[in-house]
Amino acid sequence: MSILVTPDTKVLIAGITGGFGSRHAQLSLEYGTKVVAGVTPGKGGQTFQQVVPIFDTVAQAVKETGATVSAIFVPPPFAADSILEGVDAGLDLVICITEGIPVADMVRVKAAMKGSKTRLIGPNCPGIVCPGEGKDSHGGCRIGIAPGYINHKGHVGVVSRSGTLTYEAVWQLTTRGLGQSTTVGIGGDPVNGTSHLDVIKMFNDDPDTEAIIMIGEIGGTGEEEAAAWIKENCKKPVAGFIAGATAPAGRRMGHAGAIVSGGKGTAAAKIAAFRDAGIAVAETPSVMADTLIKHMQALKGK
Amino acid sequence: MNIHEYQARDLFEKFGVAAPRGKMAGTPREAEIAAQELGTDKIVIKAQIHAGGRGKGTFTNGFKGGVHAASKPEEIRELAAKMLGQTLVTHQTGPSGRVVHKVYVAEAADIAKELYLAILLDRGTAAPVVIASTQGGMDIETVAALTPDKIFKEPVHPLLGLQPFQARKLAASLGLHGPQASQAAKLILALYKLFISCDCSLVEVNPLVVTKGGEVLALDAKFNFDDNALYRHPEIVALRDVTEEDPREVEASKYCLNYIGLDGNIACLVNGAGLAMATMDIIKHYGGEPANFLDVGGSATKEQVAAAFKIILSDKKVKGILVNIFGGIMRCDIIAEGVLAAMQETKLPVPLVVRLEGSNVELGKKLIKDSGLAVISADSLADGAEKIVAAVKAA
Repeated sequence: MSILVTPDTKVLIAGITGGFGSRHAQLSLEYGTKVVAGVTPGKGGQTFQQVVPIFDTVAQAVKETGATVSAIFVPPPFAADSILEGVDAGLDLVICITEGIPVADMVRVKAAMKGSKTRLIGPNCPGIVCPGEGKDSHGGCRIGIAPGYINHKGHVGVVSRSGTLTYEAVWQLTTRGLGQSTTVGIGGDPVNGTSHLDVIKMFNDDPDTEAIIMIGEIGGTGEEEAAAWIKENCKKPVAGFIAGATAPAGRRMGHAGAIVSGGKGTAAAKIAAFRDAGIAVAETPSVMADTLIKHMQALKGK
Repeated sequence: MNIHEYQARDLFEKFGVAAPRGKMAGTPREAEIAAQELGTDKIVIKAQIHAGGRGKGTFTNGFKGGVHAASKPEEIRELAAKMLGQTLVTHQTGPSGRVVHKVYVAEAADIAKELYLAILLDRGTAAPVVIASTQGGMDIETVAALTPDKIFKEPVHPLLGLQPFQARKLAASLGLHGPQASQAAKLILALYKLFISCDCSLVEVNPLVVTKGGEVLALDAKFNFDDNALYRHPEIVALRDVTEEDPREVEASKYCLNYIGLDGNIACLVNGAGLAMATMDIIKHYGGEPANFLDVGGSATKEQVAAAFKIILSDKKVKGILVNIFGGIMRCDIIAEGVLAAMQETKLPVPLVVRLEGSNVELGKKLIKDSGLAVISADSLADGAEKIVAAVKAA
């Protein structure tokens, strides 16, 4: 099993006719993901690549196809609306890939989502991959923008704020013969739907996940909160990496949420929290998988 | 994005946040006229740069202080002449300082009490929070560390907004009574309206003062705006002063590149913010010093990559370049084409290490290999970092 999605999950893509959305819809289809619908207002009735029906609204797409998850590729000014449309349609999961959504929009969306059954992942995230059984992990569920071939089915859970650092970790695992149960990118914005801690709890409960890689970066305190919980509750080996030790304070490092402000959110504080929780810390981003492997072996030896 | 004090003053006026009267001037004569118009003998003149510590700064011409008080318009003219066109160095500008192109001439407030007020986004609760303190004029982090009991926080409901009773509560906690409490509450609500309407991520009024005449005024302000929301605020974008920014960062922003200049000599060009930070970290780990943060994003074009190279090379400190691409959205062949185009144009004067992985990686590597250009290829992030550090040390 995996967390959040399975290879059978039915996915709809909001913004499927845009350049960005169509390219990744195509890649997901090629990966074997069950992309059952697209949504673009004003283009209902058309078909994407002769296989995926396009609807004007998410509600219609859900009714006609039974989609339970949406992947959002619409431009920033329309993304908040697209998230709320998914919530209104009763989706289980909304994964927002869009980068550059105003923070104020996300503050309102998050408040409006309270009490709903829908989980939001992102925004500004690479999405989720649950690797399949086929060659290059084909046949899995790829929602978002991650390269498919780097994944391999297995038992390591990966959670990260950064897209490319996630790929780095996954590729290291795969090339060392360790597959992944699920890879979750929670996104680089200061206000997002799902935290490190939320994902860590799911991995801890997932019988198919045997070990975890948690990747963080400067800004906020999400990594510290997850570490504190891991210290008390997590029975699985966890390795971690924090990016941004050399970043100057007060500067926003690409991600809207990656900023050390008022002395808070430093890499040093996060690394200390990891160590305190018994998380094996990778000294460089090049040894994330090796650090986990060593940590697993050390724990087995005990 | 940051703005000048005089621009903040204009925003205050627009939203009804009480502040001392004043006017921006670009010449000594304009400054004198502005002072005359104020019709008071308590005048202050302030150099307009995007950096703190102006009062204690020194001009490179030897003139001390970027903030001065005066009583006559003629004095203001003389002071303006010593400031305008001159370079002011403060503890926040770095040794090179900033050229003062404008001054702000304002009525000097007769201060009875200095307070602190700020509105910012609290990431923990994903909602705005209003922060007030009786310790005005001080650095708020210092206050938080030394006397946390003198800081008051009022969380704002994200959908309801700041309620009048909350503003009154804050005013009372600042020790204000009667008409002053009402003035402060009104100011806090107006400031909240400004914060929301302009998509700010921070508005800090330090100090918020009570004058001897009993007025509550916002004396100085610091603004940060949410860059993601600037598309819906052309009026805020118009306030941008690019002369205050690092010219390399200005150039990068023209090409939608995320560039931040640092002090080291190994430049990097990376896709993705997290990997870009991690690449800086690993350069440092192997004994080098990163010269910049540069995220070319997820869908960079050949032109953007070529522009990125030019910006990197405009930094004369740069002695080597590490390109680190893990193609997810970004295709490795596009990066390779950009690298090659830039190399042909700039006749690259420093060693270049390229590490490619991800979408179309084979095609990307082949393009570089077939070019016959002097590019050092790396197989992993660690390999790339080690190779560039070694190449720079050997040079």
